[in-house]
Amino acid sequence: MSSTPIVRLENVGKQYGKVVSLKNVTLEIGSNEIVGLIGDNGAGKSTLIKVLTGVEQPTSGAIYVRGQKIDAASYSVKEAHKLKIETVYQDSSLGEKQPLWRNFFVGRPITNRFGFIDVKAEKKVANQIMRSTIGFRGVGIDVDTPVSRLSGGERQGVAIGRAMHFDSDLIVLDEPTVALALKEVSKVLDFIRSIKSGGRSCIYIEHNIHHVHDVCDRLVVLDRGEVALDVPTSSMTYTELTDFLMSLHRQRVVGAA
Amino acid sequence: MATGENVTPTRQYSIAGLFKVEGTAIALVLALLILVFMITAPRAFLGFRVYMSFMATVPPPMIIALGLTLVVVAGEMDLSFPSVIAMASYVFCILYQNYDMTWVALLAALAAGTVMGFINGLVVTKLGIPSLIATLAMLFLWGGLTTVVSNGMSLAIPQIEGDLIHTMLAGRIGVFPVQFLWALAIAVLMWLILNRHRFGENLLFIGDSLRVAKVVGIQIDREKIKLFTLMGTLSALAGVFLTLETTTYFSNAGMGYLLTVVAAVFIGGTSIFGGSGKMAGTVFGALIVAIIEAGLVASGVQGFWTRFFIGLVFIISVTMNAALEDPDKVPLLKELRSRARK
Repeated sequence: MSSTPIVRLENVGKQYGKVVSLKNVTLEIGSNEIVGLIGDNGAGKSTLIKVLTGVEQPTSGAIYVRGQKIDAASYSVKEAHKLKIETVYQDSSLGEKQPLWRNFFVGRPITNRFGFIDVKAEKKVANQIMRSTIGFRGVGIDVDTPVSRLSGGERQGVAIGRAMHFDSDLIVLDEPTVALALKEVSKVLDFIRSIKSGGRSCIYIEHNIHHVHDVCDRLVVLDRGEVALDVPTSSMTYTELTDFLMSLHRQRVVGAA
Repeated sequence: MATGENVTPTRQYSIAGLFKVEGTAIALVLALLILVFMITAPRAFLGFRVYMSFMATVPPPMIIALGLTLVVVAGEMDLSFPSVIAMASYVFCILYQNYDMTWVALLAALAAGTVMGFINGLVVTKLGIPSLIATLAMLFLWGGLTTVVSNGMSLAIPQIEGDLIHTMLAGRIGVFPVQFLWALAIAVLMWLILNRHRFGENLLFIGDSLRVAKVVGIQIDREKIKLFTLMGTLSALAGVFLTLETTTYFSNAGMGYLLTVVAAVFIGGTSIFGGSGKMAGTVFGALIVAIIEAGLVASGVQGFWTRFFIGLVFIISVTMNAALEDPDKVPLLKELRSRARK
Protein backbone atom coordinates (compact mmCIF):
# COMPACT_ATOMS: atom_id res chain seq x y z
CA MET A 1 0.00 0.00 0.00
CA SER A 2 1.41 3.42 -0.91
CA SER A 3 2.12 5.94 1.82
CA THR A 4 -0.56 8.63 1.38
CA PRO A 5 -4.12 7.33 1.45
CA ILE A 6 -6.49 8.39 -1.35
CA VAL A 7 -8.93 9.78 1.14
CA ARG A 8 -8.64 10.56 4.80
CA LEU A 9 -11.56 11.73 6.94
CA GLU A 10 -10.59 13.33 10.21
CA ASN A 11 -13.17 13.69 12.99
CA VAL A 12 -15.88 14.29 10.44
CA GLY A 13 -19.31 15.07 11.82
CA LYS A 14 -22.60 15.79 10.10
CA GLN A 15 -25.78 17.10 11.66
CA TYR A 16 -29.15 17.65 10.05
CA GLY A 17 -30.72 20.21 12.38
CA LYS A 18 -30.68 18.41 15.72
CA VAL A 19 -30.20 14.96 14.26
CA VAL A 20 -26.60 13.79 14.48
CA SER A 21 -25.82 11.48 11.56
CA LEU A 22 -22.06 11.25 11.93
CA LYS A 23 -19.88 12.00 14.92
CA ASN A 24 -16.08 12.10 14.88
CA VAL A 25 -15.56 9.66 12.06
CA THR A 26 -11.92 9.10 11.21
CA LEU A 27 -11.32 6.82 8.25
CA GLU A 28 -8.66 6.21 5.62
CA ILE A 29 -8.96 4.60 2.23
CA GLY A 30 -5.64 3.45 0.80
CA SER A 31 -4.82 2.81 -2.82
CA ASN A 32 -5.87 -0.42 -4.53
CA GLU A 33 -7.99 -1.79 -1.71
CA ILE A 34 -11.63 -2.77 -1.44
CA VAL A 35 -13.17 -1.55 1.79
CA GLY A 36 -16.48 -2.97 2.91
CA LEU A 37 -18.72 -0.52 4.75
CA ILE A 38 -21.29 -2.23 6.91
CA GLY A 39 -23.96 -0.90 9.24
CA ASP A 40 -27.65 -0.94 9.96
CA ASN A 41 -30.13 1.42 8.37
CA GLY A 42 -29.52 4.80 9.94
CA ALA A 43 -25.97 3.94 11.01
CA GLY A 44 -24.74 6.81 8.83
CA LYS A 45 -23.43 4.91 5.81
CA SER A 46 -25.14 7.03 3.18
CA THR A 47 -24.36 10.26 5.00
CA LEU A 48 -20.70 9.26 5.14
CA ILE A 49 -20.70 8.62 1.40
CA LYS A 50 -22.48 11.88 0.62
CA VAL A 51 -19.89 13.80 2.62
CA LEU A 52 -17.03 11.89 1.04
CA THR A 53 -18.22 12.48 -2.51
CA GLY A 54 -19.22 16.11 -2.23
CA VAL A 55 -22.99 15.69 -2.39
CA GLU A 56 -23.26 17.20 1.10
CA GLN A 57 -20.90 19.28 3.22
CA PRO A 58 -19.76 18.05 6.66
CA THR A 59 -20.64 20.18 9.70
CA SER A 60 -17.28 19.51 11.37
CA GLY A 61 -13.94 17.83 10.77
CA ALA A 62 -11.71 17.75 7.73
CA ILE A 63 -11.36 15.77 4.51
CA TYR A 64 -7.98 15.11 2.91
CA VAL A 65 -7.64 13.78 -0.63
CA ARG A 66 -4.15 12.43 -1.37
CA GLY A 67 -2.81 14.40 1.57
CA GLN A 68 -4.39 17.70 0.44
CA LYS A 69 -6.94 19.27 2.73
CA ILE A 70 -10.23 19.92 0.96
CA ASP A 71 -12.08 23.19 1.36
CA ALA A 72 -15.40 21.85 2.61
CA ALA A 73 -17.41 24.84 1.42
CA SER A 74 -16.47 24.45 -2.23
CA TYR A 75 -16.35 20.65 -2.28
CA SER A 76 -18.92 19.38 -4.76
CA VAL A 77 -19.65 16.40 -6.97
CA LYS A 78 -17.73 18.14 -9.76
CA GLU A 79 -14.74 18.64 -7.45
CA ALA A 80 -14.90 15.00 -6.38
CA HIS A 81 -14.91 13.95 -10.04
CA LYS A 82 -11.83 16.08 -10.63
CA LEU A 83 -10.16 14.36 -7.68
CA LYS A 84 -11.08 11.04 -9.29
CA ILE A 85 -13.66 9.98 -6.74
CA GLU A 86 -16.81 8.52 -8.24
CA THR A 87 -19.99 7.15 -6.72
CA VAL A 88 -22.31 4.54 -8.12
CA TYR A 89 -25.66 4.87 -6.42
CA GLN A 90 -27.96 1.93 -6.13
CA ASP A 91 -30.73 3.29 -8.32
CA SER A 92 -29.93 6.87 -9.12
CA SER A 93 -26.79 6.85 -11.21
CA LEU A 94 -28.35 6.48 -14.63
CA GLY A 95 -31.03 8.39 -16.52
CA GLU A 96 -33.72 5.80 -17.32
CA LYS A 97 -34.99 7.26 -20.57
CA GLN A 98 -31.58 8.19 -21.93
CA PRO A 99 -29.47 5.98 -24.19
CA LEU A 100 -26.36 4.30 -22.82
CA TRP A 101 -23.92 6.59 -24.62
CA ARG A 102 -25.43 9.68 -22.97
CA ASN A 103 -25.26 7.98 -19.60
CA PHE A 104 -21.57 7.28 -19.99
CA PHE A 105 -20.74 10.93 -20.62
CA VAL A 106 -23.40 12.99 -18.85
CA GLY A 107 -21.89 15.73 -16.72
CA ARG A 108 -18.61 15.68 -18.70
CA PRO A 109 -19.43 15.20 -22.39
CA ILE A 110 -16.92 15.38 -25.21
CA THR A 111 -17.73 18.78 -26.70
CA ASN A 112 -16.30 21.37 -29.02
CA ARG A 113 -15.69 24.84 -27.65
CA PHE A 114 -19.28 25.89 -28.27
CA GLY A 115 -20.51 23.07 -26.07
CA PHE A 116 -21.82 20.88 -28.86
CA ILE A 117 -21.41 17.19 -28.17
CA ASP A 118 -19.30 14.97 -30.43
CA VAL A 119 -21.86 12.17 -30.58
CA LYS A 120 -19.76 9.98 -32.83
CA ALA A 121 -16.77 10.02 -30.51
CA GLU A 122 -18.93 9.45 -27.44
CA LYS A 123 -20.67 6.47 -29.02
CA LYS A 124 -17.35 4.98 -30.09
CA VAL A 125 -15.87 5.20 -26.59
CA ALA A 126 -19.12 3.98 -24.99
CA ASN A 127 -19.03 1.01 -27.32
CA GLN A 128 -15.44 0.23 -26.33
CA ILE A 129 -16.27 0.40 -22.62
CA MET A 130 -19.20 -1.92 -23.14
CA ARG A 131 -17.21 -4.47 -25.10
CA SER A 132 -13.97 -4.48 -23.14
CA THR A 133 -14.22 -3.00 -19.64
CA ILE A 134 -17.59 -4.42 -18.67
CA GLY A 135 -17.76 -7.20 -21.21
CA PHE A 136 -21.29 -6.65 -22.54
CA ARG A 137 -21.89 -8.97 -25.39
CA GLY A 138 -25.50 -9.32 -24.38
CA VAL A 139 -28.06 -9.73 -27.11
CA GLY A 140 -29.86 -6.63 -28.19
CA ILE A 141 -27.91 -4.12 -26.13
CA ASP A 142 -26.01 -1.38 -27.90
CA VAL A 143 -25.04 2.20 -27.13
CA ASP A 144 -28.44 3.48 -28.26
CA THR A 145 -30.40 1.26 -25.88
CA PRO A 146 -32.18 3.27 -23.18
CA VAL A 147 -31.24 2.32 -19.63
CA SER A 148 -34.83 1.33 -18.84
CA ARG A 149 -34.30 -1.79 -20.97
CA LEU A 150 -31.30 -3.04 -18.95
CA SER A 151 -31.40 -5.47 -16.05
CA GLY A 152 -30.32 -4.35 -12.58
CA GLY A 153 -26.93 -6.04 -12.87
CA GLU A 154 -26.29 -4.53 -16.29
CA ARG A 155 -27.05 -1.07 -14.90
CA GLN A 156 -24.45 -1.53 -12.18
CA GLY A 157 -22.03 -2.65 -14.87
CA VAL A 158 -22.65 0.47 -16.93
CA ALA A 159 -22.18 2.72 -13.91
CA ILE A 160 -19.00 0.94 -12.83
CA GLY A 161 -17.67 0.95 -16.40
CA ARG A 162 -18.30 4.68 -16.55
CA ALA A 163 -16.38 5.24 -13.32
CA MET A 164 -13.46 3.18 -14.57
CA HIS A 165 -13.39 4.97 -17.91
CA PHE A 166 -13.03 8.32 -16.19
CA ASP A 167 -10.02 6.90 -14.39
CA SER A 168 -11.43 7.20 -10.91
CA ASP A 169 -9.02 6.14 -8.20
CA LEU A 170 -11.81 5.54 -5.75
CA ILE A 171 -15.17 4.13 -6.73
CA VAL A 172 -17.94 4.12 -4.14
CA LEU A 173 -20.65 1.51 -4.60
CA ASP A 174 -23.87 2.06 -2.69
CA GLU A 175 -25.56 -1.31 -2.16
CA PRO A 176 -25.09 -2.45 -5.75
CA THR A 177 -26.65 -5.88 -5.27
CA VAL A 178 -29.93 -4.87 -3.63
CA ALA A 179 -32.91 -6.36 -5.42
CA LEU A 180 -30.82 -8.37 -7.87
CA ALA A 181 -31.25 -11.99 -8.89
CA LEU A 182 -28.50 -14.37 -7.81
CA LYS A 183 -26.95 -14.61 -11.26
CA GLU A 184 -26.85 -10.82 -11.50
CA VAL A 185 -25.20 -10.56 -8.08
CA SER A 186 -22.25 -12.68 -9.14
CA LYS A 187 -21.81 -10.41 -12.19
CA VAL A 188 -21.67 -7.37 -9.93
CA LEU A 189 -19.16 -9.04 -7.59
CA ASP A 190 -17.02 -9.70 -10.67
CA PHE A 191 -17.27 -6.00 -11.59
CA ILE A 192 -16.04 -5.17 -8.09
CA ARG A 193 -13.07 -7.50 -8.41
CA SER A 194 -12.26 -5.89 -11.76
CA ILE A 195 -12.04 -2.53 -9.98
CA LYS A 196 -9.22 -3.90 -7.86
CA SER A 197 -7.43 -5.68 -10.68
CA GLY A 198 -7.58 -2.36 -12.56
CA GLY A 199 -5.43 -0.88 -9.77
CA ARG A 200 -8.19 1.23 -8.20
CA SER A 201 -9.86 1.38 -4.81
CA CYS A 202 -13.43 0.81 -3.89
CA ILE A 203 -15.75 1.44 -0.97
CA TYR A 204 -18.39 -1.20 -1.06
CA ILE A 205 -21.52 -0.57 0.99
CA GLU A 206 -23.57 -3.65 1.53
CA HIS A 207 -26.24 -5.26 3.65
CA ASN A 208 -25.29 -8.79 2.73
CA ILE A 209 -22.32 -9.54 4.99
CA HIS A 210 -21.47 -12.64 3.04
CA HIS A 211 -20.72 -10.66 -0.14
CA VAL A 212 -18.64 -8.17 1.78
CA HIS A 213 -16.56 -10.80 3.45
CA ASP A 214 -16.07 -12.43 0.09
CA VAL A 215 -14.60 -9.52 -1.91
CA CYS A 216 -13.27 -6.93 0.56
CA ASP A 217 -9.75 -6.41 1.87
CA ARG A 218 -10.85 -4.40 4.86
CA LEU A 219 -14.04 -4.12 6.90
CA VAL A 220 -15.44 -0.97 8.46
CA VAL A 221 -18.52 -1.16 10.64
CA LEU A 222 -20.50 1.99 11.33
CA ASP A 223 -22.81 2.13 14.31
CA ARG A 224 -24.95 5.12 15.22
CA GLY A 225 -22.68 7.52 13.39
CA GLU A 226 -19.41 6.16 14.73
CA VAL A 227 -16.80 3.71 13.49
CA ALA A 228 -17.26 0.59 15.60
CA LEU A 229 -14.77 -1.62 13.79
CA ASP A 230 -11.97 -1.16 11.24
CA VAL A 231 -9.96 -4.33 10.56
CA PRO A 232 -8.43 -6.29 7.67
CA THR A 233 -10.86 -8.95 6.47
CA SER A 234 -8.25 -11.64 6.97
CA SER A 235 -8.25 -11.05 10.75
CA MET A 236 -11.89 -12.05 11.10
CA THR A 237 -13.81 -15.06 9.89
CA TYR A 238 -17.31 -14.71 8.53
CA THR A 239 -18.73 -16.14 11.78
CA GLU A 240 -16.70 -13.77 13.96
CA LEU A 241 -17.99 -10.86 11.90
CA THR A 242 -21.63 -11.87 12.30
CA ASP A 243 -21.09 -12.41 16.02
CA PHE A 244 -19.63 -8.91 16.30
CA LEU A 245 -22.58 -7.38 14.46
CA MET A 246 -25.02 -9.28 16.65
CA SER A 247 -23.26 -7.98 19.77
CA LEU A 248 -23.67 -4.41 18.48
CA HIS A 249 -27.33 -5.10 17.98
CA ARG A 250 -27.70 -6.48 21.53
CA GLN A 251 -25.95 -3.43 23.01
CA ARG A 252 -28.38 -1.20 21.22
CA VAL A 253 -31.39 -3.12 22.50
CA VAL A 254 -30.01 -2.98 26.04
CA GLY A 255 -29.19 0.70 25.65
CA ALA A 256 -32.69 1.47 24.46
CA ALA A 257 -34.33 -0.39 27.35
CA MET B 1 -1.96 0.28 -36.42
CA ALA B 2 -3.89 -2.86 -35.62
CA THR B 3 -5.97 -4.05 -38.53
CA GLY B 4 -8.94 -4.59 -36.25
CA GLU B 5 -9.18 -0.81 -35.82
CA ASN B 6 -9.63 -0.28 -39.52
CA VAL B 7 -12.95 -2.05 -39.81
CA THR B 8 -15.51 0.50 -40.97
CA PRO B 9 -17.82 1.26 -38.05
CA THR B 10 -21.49 0.47 -38.60
CA ARG B 11 -23.08 3.37 -40.40
CA GLN B 12 -24.49 5.79 -37.83
CA TYR B 13 -27.60 7.64 -38.87
CA SER B 14 -27.02 11.20 -40.00
CA ILE B 15 -28.68 14.22 -38.41
CA ALA B 16 -30.98 14.53 -41.40
CA GLY B 17 -31.97 10.88 -41.14
CA LEU B 18 -32.84 11.23 -37.48
CA PHE B 19 -34.86 14.35 -38.23
CA LYS B 20 -36.98 12.31 -40.60
CA VAL B 21 -37.52 9.51 -38.15
CA GLU B 22 -38.26 11.85 -35.28
CA GLY B 23 -41.37 13.53 -36.69
CA THR B 24 -42.67 10.88 -39.09
CA ALA B 25 -45.79 9.87 -37.17
CA ILE B 26 -46.96 13.40 -36.51
CA ALA B 27 -46.10 14.51 -40.06
CA LEU B 28 -48.49 11.83 -41.28
CA VAL B 29 -51.23 13.26 -39.06
CA LEU B 30 -50.61 16.68 -40.62
CA ALA B 31 -50.73 15.23 -44.14
CA LEU B 32 -53.95 13.44 -43.29
CA LEU B 33 -55.54 16.63 -41.97
CA ILE B 34 -54.55 18.53 -45.10
CA LEU B 35 -56.01 15.74 -47.21
CA VAL B 36 -59.28 15.86 -45.27
CA PHE B 37 -59.51 19.63 -45.65
CA MET B 38 -58.75 19.32 -49.37
CA ILE B 39 -61.93 17.29 -49.60
CA THR B 40 -64.10 19.31 -47.22
CA ALA B 41 -62.80 22.72 -48.29
CA PRO B 42 -61.32 22.23 -51.76
CA ARG B 43 -61.55 25.87 -52.76
CA ALA B 44 -59.24 27.00 -49.98
CA PHE B 45 -56.98 24.00 -49.55
CA LEU B 46 -56.23 23.22 -53.20
CA GLY B 47 -54.82 26.71 -53.72
CA PHE B 48 -51.48 27.91 -52.37
CA ARG B 49 -52.77 31.05 -50.65
CA VAL B 50 -54.00 29.34 -47.52
CA TYR B 51 -50.59 27.73 -47.01
CA MET B 52 -48.82 31.06 -47.48
CA SER B 53 -51.07 32.57 -44.83
CA PHE B 54 -50.23 29.72 -42.41
CA MET B 55 -46.56 30.34 -42.95
CA ALA B 56 -47.10 33.99 -42.11
CA THR B 57 -49.09 33.40 -38.92
CA VAL B 58 -47.53 30.21 -37.55
CA PRO B 59 -43.99 31.45 -36.74
CA PRO B 60 -44.78 33.23 -33.42
CA PRO B 61 -46.58 30.27 -31.79
CA MET B 62 -44.08 27.85 -33.34
CA ILE B 63 -41.09 29.69 -31.89
CA ILE B 64 -42.67 29.71 -28.43
CA ALA B 65 -43.61 26.05 -28.73
CA LEU B 66 -39.99 25.19 -29.59
CA GLY B 67 -38.83 26.94 -26.44
CA LEU B 68 -41.58 25.35 -24.39
CA THR B 69 -40.51 21.91 -25.65
CA LEU B 70 -37.17 22.45 -23.96
CA VAL B 71 -38.97 23.55 -20.78
CA VAL B 72 -41.18 20.45 -20.79
CA VAL B 73 -38.17 18.21 -21.43
CA ALA B 74 -36.72 19.48 -18.15
CA GLY B 75 -39.96 18.55 -16.40
CA GLU B 76 -41.04 22.17 -16.03
CA MET B 77 -43.76 24.41 -17.46
CA ASP B 78 -43.87 28.07 -18.47
CA LEU B 79 -47.26 29.74 -18.76
CA SER B 80 -45.99 33.32 -18.54
CA PHE B 81 -45.09 33.66 -22.23
CA PRO B 82 -48.25 35.54 -23.36
CA SER B 83 -47.32 38.43 -21.09
CA VAL B 84 -43.68 38.33 -22.22
CA ILE B 85 -44.92 38.54 -25.82
CA ALA B 86 -47.05 41.55 -24.93
CA MET B 87 -44.21 43.35 -23.14
CA ALA B 88 -41.75 42.69 -25.96
CA SER B 89 -44.31 43.85 -28.49
CA TYR B 90 -44.91 47.04 -26.50
CA VAL B 91 -41.21 47.78 -26.10
CA PHE B 92 -40.65 47.29 -29.81
CA CYS B 93 -43.65 49.39 -30.87
CA ILE B 94 -43.04 52.30 -28.54
CA LEU B 95 -39.34 52.54 -29.44
CA TYR B 96 -40.19 52.44 -33.12
CA GLN B 97 -43.02 54.93 -32.85
CA ASN B 98 -41.33 57.48 -30.59
CA TYR B 99 -37.66 57.16 -31.50
CA ASP B 100 -37.67 55.59 -34.97
CA MET B 101 -35.56 52.73 -33.70
CA THR B 102 -35.68 49.45 -35.60
CA TRP B 103 -32.83 47.02 -34.85
CA VAL B 104 -32.19 48.66 -31.50
CA ALA B 105 -35.88 48.27 -30.73
CA LEU B 106 -35.57 44.58 -31.58
CA LEU B 107 -32.61 44.23 -29.24
CA ALA B 108 -34.41 46.12 -26.48
CA ALA B 109 -37.46 43.88 -26.84
CA LEU B 110 -35.27 40.76 -26.67
CA ALA B 111 -33.45 42.16 -23.65
CA ALA B 112 -36.75 42.80 -21.88
CA GLY B 113 -37.88 39.23 -22.54
CA THR B 114 -34.54 37.85 -21.41
CA VAL B 115 -34.70 39.73 -18.12
CA MET B 116 -38.29 38.60 -17.56
CA GLY B 117 -37.30 34.99 -18.27
CA PHE B 118 -34.34 35.28 -15.93
CA ILE B 119 -36.61 36.53 -13.15
CA ASN B 120 -39.03 33.66 -13.89
CA GLY B 121 -36.09 31.29 -13.44
CA LEU B 122 -35.15 32.86 -10.12
CA VAL B 123 -38.72 32.60 -8.84
CA VAL B 124 -38.90 28.92 -9.82
CA THR B 125 -35.50 27.90 -8.40
CA LYS B 126 -34.88 30.23 -5.49
CA LEU B 127 -38.42 30.44 -4.10
CA GLY B 128 -39.00 26.79 -4.89
CA ILE B 129 -42.50 27.31 -6.27
CA PRO B 130 -43.42 24.62 -8.83
CA SER B 131 -43.03 26.24 -12.24
CA LEU B 132 -46.63 25.62 -13.32
CA ILE B 133 -47.85 27.82 -10.46
CA ALA B 134 -44.92 30.24 -10.42
CA THR B 135 -45.22 31.08 -14.11
CA LEU B 136 -49.01 31.36 -13.84
CA ALA B 137 -48.39 34.02 -11.20
CA MET B 138 -45.79 35.64 -13.47
CA LEU B 139 -48.33 35.63 -16.32
CA PHE B 140 -50.47 37.94 -14.18
CA LEU B 141 -47.53 39.95 -12.90
CA TRP B 142 -45.88 40.65 -16.27
CA GLY B 143 -49.26 41.11 -17.94
CA GLY B 144 -50.25 43.66 -15.30
CA LEU B 145 -46.93 45.45 -15.62
CA THR B 146 -47.32 45.67 -19.40
CA THR B 147 -50.79 47.17 -19.09
CA VAL B 148 -49.48 49.68 -16.55
CA VAL B 149 -46.52 50.87 -18.63
CA SER B 150 -48.57 51.00 -21.81
CA ASN B 151 -51.35 52.76 -19.94
CA GLY B 152 -53.79 50.20 -21.35
CA MET B 153 -53.49 51.65 -24.84
CA SER B 154 -52.93 49.88 -28.14
CA LEU B 155 -50.37 51.02 -30.71
CA ALA B 156 -50.33 50.76 -34.48
CA ILE B 157 -47.18 51.07 -36.60
CA PRO B 158 -48.35 50.39 -40.18
CA GLN B 159 -45.54 52.64 -41.50
CA ILE B 160 -42.96 49.96 -40.58
CA GLU B 161 -43.94 47.98 -43.68
CA GLY B 162 -41.21 48.58 -46.20
CA ASP B 163 -38.53 49.25 -43.58
CA LEU B 164 -35.49 47.01 -43.80
CA ILE B 165 -36.29 45.24 -40.53
CA HIS B 166 -39.77 44.39 -41.78
CA THR B 167 -38.50 43.15 -45.12
CA MET B 168 -35.88 40.98 -43.51
CA LEU B 169 -37.95 39.50 -40.71
CA ALA B 170 -41.53 39.54 -41.99
CA GLY B 171 -41.32 40.38 -45.70
CA ARG B 172 -42.25 38.19 -48.64
CA ILE B 173 -40.07 36.42 -51.20
CA GLY B 174 -42.60 36.50 -54.02
CA VAL B 175 -45.55 35.24 -52.01
CA PHE B 176 -43.50 33.28 -49.51
CA PRO B 177 -43.38 34.73 -45.96
CA VAL B 178 -39.79 35.20 -44.78
CA GLN B 179 -40.65 34.67 -41.12
CA PHE B 180 -41.34 31.00 -41.79
CA LEU B 181 -37.71 30.54 -42.81
CA TRP B 182 -36.63 32.21 -39.58
CA ALA B 183 -38.90 29.89 -37.59
CA LEU B 184 -37.41 26.85 -39.35
CA ALA B 185 -33.89 28.11 -38.65
CA ILE B 186 -34.79 28.43 -34.97
CA ALA B 187 -36.27 24.92 -35.08
CA VAL B 188 -32.97 23.53 -36.38
CA LEU B 189 -31.06 25.47 -33.73
CA MET B 190 -33.35 24.22 -30.97
CA TRP B 191 -33.06 20.65 -32.27
CA LEU B 192 -29.29 20.98 -32.03
CA ILE B 193 -29.47 22.42 -28.54
CA LEU B 194 -31.71 19.61 -27.31
CA ASN B 195 -29.99 16.72 -29.04
CA ARG B 196 -26.43 17.82 -29.60
CA HIS B 197 -25.56 20.36 -26.92
CA ARG B 198 -24.51 19.77 -23.33
CA PHE B 199 -27.22 22.16 -22.16
CA GLY B 200 -29.89 19.99 -23.81
CA GLU B 201 -28.35 16.85 -22.36
CA ASN B 202 -28.38 18.35 -18.89
CA LEU B 203 -32.07 19.24 -19.33
CA LEU B 204 -32.85 15.70 -20.49
CA PHE B 205 -31.31 14.27 -17.33
CA ILE B 206 -32.96 16.90 -15.10
CA GLY B 207 -36.33 15.96 -16.58
CA ASP B 208 -35.55 12.27 -16.32
CA SER B 209 -34.65 12.32 -12.63
CA LEU B 210 -33.51 15.13 -10.37
CA ARG B 211 -31.61 12.69 -8.16
CA VAL B 212 -29.63 11.31 -11.08
CA ALA B 213 -28.95 14.81 -12.37
CA LYS B 214 -27.60 15.77 -8.97
CA VAL B 215 -25.27 12.81 -8.54
CA VAL B 216 -23.79 13.14 -12.02
CA GLY B 217 -22.84 16.70 -11.10
CA ILE B 218 -25.35 18.78 -13.09
CA GLN B 219 -25.93 22.19 -11.51
CA ILE B 220 -29.69 21.94 -11.55
CA ASP B 221 -30.64 25.46 -10.47
CA ARG B 222 -28.21 27.12 -12.86
CA GLU B 223 -29.45 25.07 -15.81
CA LYS B 224 -33.08 25.82 -14.95
CA ILE B 225 -32.41 29.55 -14.73
CA LYS B 226 -30.71 29.37 -18.13
CA LEU B 227 -33.74 27.48 -19.43
CA PHE B 228 -36.32 30.05 -18.30
CA THR B 229 -34.09 32.86 -19.53
CA LEU B 230 -33.90 31.30 -22.99
CA MET B 231 -37.67 30.82 -22.91
CA GLY B 232 -38.05 34.54 -22.15
CA THR B 233 -35.80 35.50 -25.07
CA LEU B 234 -37.69 33.24 -27.48
CA SER B 235 -41.07 34.56 -26.27
CA ALA B 236 -39.85 38.10 -26.87
CA LEU B 237 -38.63 37.15 -30.35
CA ALA B 238 -42.04 35.64 -31.07
CA GLY B 239 -43.56 38.90 -29.83
CA VAL B 240 -41.50 40.92 -32.31
CA PHE B 241 -42.44 38.60 -35.20
CA LEU B 242 -46.10 38.94 -34.23
CA THR B 243 -45.81 42.73 -34.07
CA LEU B 244 -44.09 42.90 -37.46
CA GLU B 245 -46.76 40.72 -39.07
CA THR B 246 -49.74 42.57 -37.55
CA THR B 247 -48.00 45.99 -37.21
CA THR B 248 -49.88 46.53 -33.97
CA TYR B 249 -49.46 46.17 -30.25
CA PHE B 250 -52.29 45.38 -27.89
CA SER B 251 -51.97 44.27 -24.29
CA ASN B 252 -53.35 40.75 -24.62
CA ALA B 253 -51.69 40.05 -27.95
CA GLY B 254 -50.21 36.75 -26.78
CA MET B 255 -53.11 35.40 -24.77
CA GLY B 256 -54.58 33.53 -27.73
CA TYR B 257 -51.44 31.40 -27.87
CA LEU B 258 -51.56 30.18 -24.30
CA LEU B 259 -53.47 26.95 -24.88
CA THR B 260 -52.60 26.30 -28.51
CA VAL B 261 -48.85 26.47 -27.89
CA VAL B 262 -49.07 24.01 -25.00
CA ALA B 263 -51.19 21.80 -27.26
CA ALA B 264 -48.63 22.01 -30.08
CA VAL B 265 -45.85 20.75 -27.81
CA PHE B 266 -47.76 17.71 -26.58
CA ILE B 267 -49.35 16.93 -29.94
CA GLY B 268 -45.77 16.83 -31.25
CA GLY B 269 -44.94 13.92 -28.97
CA THR B 270 -42.86 15.50 -26.22
CA SER B 271 -43.25 13.46 -23.04
CA ILE B 272 -45.55 14.91 -20.40
CA PHE B 273 -43.30 13.28 -17.82
CA GLY B 274 -40.11 15.05 -18.90
CA GLY B 275 -36.81 13.52 -19.97
CA SER B 276 -37.54 13.35 -23.68
CA GLY B 277 -38.71 15.76 -26.33
CA LYS B 278 -39.22 16.07 -30.06
CA MET B 279 -38.43 19.38 -31.75
CA ALA B 280 -39.52 18.12 -35.18
CA GLY B 281 -42.75 16.95 -33.57
CA THR B 282 -43.31 20.43 -32.16
CA VAL B 283 -42.90 21.99 -35.61
CA PHE B 284 -45.63 19.72 -36.98
CA GLY B 285 -47.69 20.15 -33.81
CA ALA B 286 -47.74 23.93 -34.29
CA LEU B 287 -48.74 23.49 -37.95
CA ILE B 288 -51.50 21.04 -37.02
CA VAL B 289 -53.04 23.41 -34.48
CA ALA B 290 -52.98 26.26 -37.01
CA ILE B 291 -54.40 24.16 -39.82
CA ILE B 292 -57.28 22.87 -37.71
CA GLU B 293 -58.30 26.41 -36.86
CA ALA B 294 -58.28 27.54 -40.49
CA GLY B 295 -59.46 24.28 -42.01
CA LEU B 296 -62.63 24.02 -39.99
CA VAL B 297 -63.65 27.55 -40.75
CA ALA B 298 -62.95 27.04 -44.45
CA SER B 299 -64.96 23.80 -44.35
CA GLY B 300 -67.98 25.78 -43.22
CA VAL B 301 -67.96 24.43 -39.68
CA GLN B 302 -68.87 27.07 -37.16
CA GLY B 303 -65.79 28.74 -35.67
CA PHE B 304 -66.93 27.68 -32.20
CA TRP B 305 -66.00 24.09 -33.05
CA THR B 306 -62.28 24.75 -33.59
CA ARG B 307 -61.27 24.38 -29.94
CA PHE B 308 -63.35 21.24 -29.69
CA PHE B 309 -61.43 19.65 -32.56
CA ILE B 310 -58.06 20.82 -31.29
CA GLY B 311 -58.96 19.08 -28.03
CA LEU B 312 -59.89 15.94 -29.93
CA VAL B 313 -56.66 15.88 -31.96
CA PHE B 314 -54.77 16.68 -28.74
CA ILE B 315 -56.12 13.58 -26.97
CA ILE B 316 -55.63 11.33 -30.00
CA SER B 317 -52.04 12.51 -30.54
CA VAL B 318 -50.96 12.20 -26.93
CA THR B 319 -52.48 8.72 -26.74
CA MET B 320 -50.87 7.74 -30.02
CA ASN B 321 -47.48 9.03 -28.91
CA ALA B 322 -47.73 7.13 -25.63
CA ALA B 323 -48.80 3.98 -27.47
CA LEU B 324 -45.90 4.29 -29.91
CA GLU B 325 -43.51 4.53 -27.00
CA ASP B 326 -45.01 1.60 -25.13
CA PRO B 327 -48.52 0.21 -25.80
CA ASP B 328 -48.83 -0.86 -22.16
CA LYS B 329 -48.72 2.78 -21.10
CA VAL B 330 -52.28 3.16 -22.37
CA PRO B 331 -54.54 1.23 -19.97
CA LEU B 332 -57.24 0.73 -22.62
CA LEU B 333 -54.78 -0.80 -25.10
CA LYS B 334 -53.20 -2.86 -22.37
CA GLU B 335 -56.56 -4.36 -21.48
CA LEU B 336 -57.45 -5.03 -25.10
CA ARG B 337 -54.10 -6.67 -25.71
CA SER B 338 -54.34 -8.90 -22.66
CA ARG B 339 -57.87 -9.92 -23.71
CA ALA B 340 -56.67 -10.72 -27.21
CA ARG B 341 -53.97 -12.96 -25.79
CA LYS B 342 -56.49 -15.08 -23.87
